[in-house]
Amino acid sequence: MTYLSAIWDDLNLSARIGLGIVLFFTTCGIFAPWLAPYSESQIVGDVWEPLFGEFFFGTDQIGRDLLSRLIFGARNTMALAIVSTAVSFTAGAVLGFIAATMSGRVDQVLSRIVDVCISIPTLIASLIVLSAVGTATQTLILVIGIIYALPVFRIARAVAMDIEVMDYVEAARLRGEGLWWLMRKEILPNALTPLAAEFGVRFCFVFLLIASLSFLGLGLQPPLADWGAMVRGNADGIAWGFLHPIMPAACIALLTIGINLLIDRWVHKASGLRDDQ
Amino acid sequence: MSKKVGKKLLEINDLLIEADIEGEWKPIINSLSMTLERGEIIGLIGESGAGKSTFGLTALGYTKPGCRIVSGSIKLDGVELVGKSDAELRKIRGNRVAYVAQSAAASFNPAHTLAEQFTESPVQHGKMKMSEARKRSVEMFRLLDMPDPENIGERYPHQVSGGQLQRAMTAMALGSDPDIIIFDEPTTALDVTTQIEVLGAIKEAVKARNVAAIYISHDLAVVAQMADRMMVLRYGDLIEEGNAREMLANPKQEYTQKLLNVRSQRVGRTGLDEEDIQLNVENITARYPGTNIDVLTNVNVNVVKGKTVAVVGESGSGKSTLARVITGLLPPSQGSVKFHGRELTPALKTRPKKDLQSIQMIYQMADVAMNPRQKIKDIIGRPLEFYLGITGKQHDDRVLDLLRKIELPEDYAERYPLQLSGGEKQRVCIARALAAEPELIICDEVTSALDQLVAEGILDLLLNLQKELDVSYLFITHDLATVKAIADEIVVMYQGGVVEQGAKADILAPPYAPYTELLLSSVPEMDPDWLDNLVEKRQRGELPTSESLGQS
Repeated sequence: MTYLSAIWDDLNLSARIGLGIVLFFTTCGIFAPWLAPYSESQIVGDVWEPLFGEFFFGTDQIGRDLLSRLIFGARNTMALAIVSTAVSFTAGAVLGFIAATMSGRVDQVLSRIVDVCISIPTLIASLIVLSAVGTATQTLILVIGIIYALPVFRIARAVAMDIEVMDYVEAARLRGEGLWWLMRKEILPNALTPLAAEFGVRFCFVFLLIASLSFLGLGLQPPLADWGAMVRGNADGIAWGFLHPIMPAACIALLTIGINLLIDRWVHKASGLRDDQ
Repeated sequence: MSKKVGKKLLEINDLLIEADIEGEWKPIINSLSMTLERGEIIGLIGESGAGKSTFGLTALGYTKPGCRIVSGSIKLDGVELVGKSDAELRKIRGNRVAYVAQSAAASFNPAHTLAEQFTESPVQHGKMKMSEARKRSVEMFRLLDMPDPENIGERYPHQVSGGQLQRAMTAMALGSDPDIIIFDEPTTALDVTTQIEVLGAIKEAVKARNVAAIYISHDLAVVAQMADRMMVLRYGDLIEEGNAREMLANPKQEYTQKLLNVRSQRVGRTGLDEEDIQLNVENITARYPGTNIDVLTNVNVNVVKGKTVAVVGESGSGKSTLARVITGLLPPSQGSVKFHGRELTPALKTRPKKDLQSIQMIYQMADVAMNPRQKIKDIIGRPLEFYLGITGKQHDDRVLDLLRKIELPEDYAERYPLQLSGGEKQRVCIARALAAEPELIICDEVTSALDQLVAEGILDLLLNLQKELDVSYLFITHDLATVKAIADEIVVMYQGGVVEQGAKADILAPPYAPYTELLLSSVPEMDPDWLDNLVEKRQRGELPTSESLGQS
């Protein structure tokens, strides 16, 4: 308990707000079936019933309870985004570190492959692959993971190359340490801060990509609730002056901000800056 | 601006400066006072953290970020600087008080020519027109003995050498005809032979323009050449102040005596047992991949077991490359490295663990030689586990044992490198090398980044460990004082080749090889007349100079 309170004391106001937001959505996601008044697929009323009436956030474009769908959306979207971002960071960082530590031919081959792949627009690449292999959730995770591994590779490689020229890495090489040790013990701990900052940003891009894919019918398949898809589904309501599409969009924005507030604090701490700087 | 004679040019009284150290304001300059008259040079001496830079810079009315002037006064020509606005101070800075920084390379803008940067300040201060400033730059470059003064201004900073850049910076400082110039370790980053030339040029120019100067340095011998008066500082307190000659001849305080004594010479051990040659570098020629210049040509070096071989040379002489070849980081294009008569494979990757274990390395910059995210016990402990397979309780005991060997408290095991001072970090690096139980340790400029007294401690430690463990050192350095202190044998390197190798007594006594003589004569001595005498002798051709060597 003292450990937790020490962490809490270490956070500044903005980071506490960020932590609050992230905890709130995580709780929603974990306890969705108990928190949501209705199921995510059940049609409970009329189309676009008004906010704060019978249903707290009204109903969506086919009459499902919006609040329940937002709660279930937290679960589906966050889980999908976290897992795909984790996949992309694992793959990107490992390959980036390998390229930087082995350098020479290995680096050339890996970097050129990434250069070629990264030249294909993200959305088009994912569209082609997903329409070819189908849209099972695992496939979705894998495809998004690979696509976002490309920019992570570049960052990880650049960061690792800066670390790689340090004398302590040379000292480890001279000791005769293997590639795995160099990557895991010498480079990774020192590359963690820039990579974490990148994680916060990428995580949000993944949201947006999932949303675009859902828009084209290739994301999470209905009736599964997904914030991106909900923005798209309710988008027509804007024309009528309804606030319904704003709700899922606001959730995406809020979670993005929350995560970044938290990560900013961590990066700030890790960079060794004082609070007044 | 009328230059009145006799009046104090700069008067600093009871200056108290505090710095924000982890959220607390702590004094770093404790009520120091200083006066400076026109044409006078005052030397500020001390180790890092003494506050000499902080104090010297106050003549600009400047404090570093995170510092504040609490009380006291700084009067320039009777005008109070404390409490002046930045706009008012800007009129003084670079104009009446100029500054020459340690690293000229970092202080010049790489995107502009020297002349453009020279003219910027006088033109901006409205002192001169562009054409006048240009003319002035040529004049100043000539005053500082720069080659081809008419045209050198057209060059960019990277097109001139480090010594020339430092002179250009002094020329710039003199350009706007200041009353005071602050020199902050202007020659510390230079080779000894270059340092002499820059020192000579600065001294002459300052005398010729009759400006006052504050000369900040950790090197007592260098300050002795420049200063009329010296102030020795430590932790923000004045230790001793007085006439330079008197202080050198008769230091009153113990601390000043210590600073003076660190350059004393130790007697090298003679009678080397030639049969016990441990490392044998034979006819090594090496170049870096992708280049076509040999950094090393036909280098031969021998290291005898249990002895110290010092490899000495200026930057660019190839001494660090030699270390890379021996360790296998840079496979040579010709020649071989033998260890106990057995040839080592040229590349690191193909060397067996046993060979790697027997040759360990200690680096110049201890802070980047240790992973900042590992605890000291992990840094020291890794070789134990990796080479010797020691784990568990025995492992932890050995780590504590090693900490005791390097004279650090046991609780340092739990610390991170950032929590250690420079000297302590270097000690940990030594412990890491010792943990592998090596036969040979390559020390690459291990004391160059440290203060004199701290460096002295490290050298003592290395010598004691050698006595105890019979390990040999290949000691790479540019500093002849260090060589004198630690070496049994000396290898002199110049432009990628070995000039000579031999016992210390033979190398350091006449007859000298010409380059060795240049190197030896360039080391500043604790004699205020040393620089003047040297310049004179060189002009008469009695001693070699860099130019005379370059022609031969």
